[in-house]
Amino acid sequence: MTRVLGWLAGLGLLAGLVMGFGVAPRELTQGNVQRIMYLHVPSILTAYLAFAIVLVASVGYLLSRKPALDRWAAGSAEIGTIFTAITLLSGSIWGKPTWGTWWTWDARLTSTAVMFVTYVGYLLLRGMIEEPERRARFSAVVGILGAVNMPLVHFSVLWWRTLHQPPTMLTPRPASMSPIFGVTLAVNWVAYTLLFAYLLAKRLRVSRVEEPAL
Amino acid sequence: MKFARRAFIVVWKDLLIEGRSKETLNALFFFSLLLIFLFQFALGPDHERLAAALPGLLWLGFILSALLGLGRTFVLERDNDCWDGLRLAPGDKSAIYLGKLAGNLLLMLVVEITLLGLFATLFNVDVGRALPALALVIGLGTIGLAAVGTLFAAMTAHLRARELLFPVLLLPIQVPVLLATVKATEAALLGEPLGSVAHWLKLLAAADVIYVAIGVLTFDFILEG
Repeated sequence: MTRVLGWLAGLGLLAGLVMGFGVAPRELTQGNVQRIMYLHVPSILTAYLAFAIVLVASVGYLLSRKPALDRWAAGSAEIGTIFTAITLLSGSIWGKPTWGTWWTWDARLTSTAVMFVTYVGYLLLRGMIEEPERRARFSAVVGILGAVNMPLVHFSVLWWRTLHQPPTMLTPRPASMSPIFGVTLAVNWVAYTLLFAYLLAKRLRVSRVEEPAL
Repeated sequence: MKFARRAFIVVWKDLLIEGRSKETLNALFFFSLLLIFLFQFALGPDHERLAAALPGLLWLGFILSALLGLGRTFVLERDNDCWDGLRLAPGDKSAIYLGKLAGNLLLMLVVEITLLGLFATLFNVDVGRALPALALVIGLGTIGLAAVGTLFAAMTAHLRARELLFPVLLLPIQVPVLLATVKATEAALLGEPLGSVAHWLKLLAAADVIYVAIGVLTFDFILEG
């Protein structure tokens, strides 16, 4: 099962690369640099999915105390943090030629950075507690608080300042770009979600095997 | 015993101990004074520059004091098996959380009033007119800060790198509170009506409700130790 997921993810990523570099045309104003979007947007969507799983698994853990749910939360948090880092890095590389700066304290950059440090804190906490049952309880509380805090972070930094492109895809008016961009993005999104599922399955297996040794 | 009375007993116990030892307050007063020195040295003598940076500096001072003060919330309970005493207390454990939170609010308010006074006198800023608005902003901001701080202090009380982990967990969560309070304090000091920052005050109020609610709901899981 895991192996099938791995192959699917690999094929999906390959298809995503072919679409992103081969099929999708060069964007008119930004040029080739726009292709970073096929990495940037699927990464952040995957990170959101991962942190949503952390929230649900954390609530579930506190209610049921099933160690499996803690493993789900831990694995998702790790992978989500990596995907958030990829989002921040790829956005930074895109921002230099497009906005003329590696980093700016724009609303969405800031809230993504805050999300990143929140979950790095979560992972640091996990690393500091050896006793599995206590680690699960404490990190569940942080996992819940961190996720519930994100809407507050979102609105506060939105009011604080904003410069980011308004979303192109999710606006109700007719899309302002050729459908091929959207298709390429969708293919990559599916590939990244498969990759996430594969990594999570692997991680769950590793932590299952680790557990009795402690 | 009623819920409120159980919470009050926790506050009273902590106030009594602090009143006799004064170890946290004395150190925090002195720390506040040192912060003022630091800010002054870092920014130089230019009064204009200090005044412009004042809202941010003020909340930086509050947060730094909170990291020291709130982090010590459960230090008393670590000795002499007092933690087990708390756990054995009858009834709903969230009363203990609310009691500790109330104590922390008192502690933080005393420190904040001191810092504000020091800022006003040593930096020669007139805060008199803005006081009612400032009181509201500081009150709302401190509840959010102390609600999460109390919860995380209980969590980190047992851990090895307690002093390190407490700020690492608390600061990311406090970003909305910090942004909102700095903006609202800025407006208050400029004498703008509070209506112009109503959205920030609502955000603060929402944050307070969410943080206290999560604290009440999850404290039981942390008190288990």
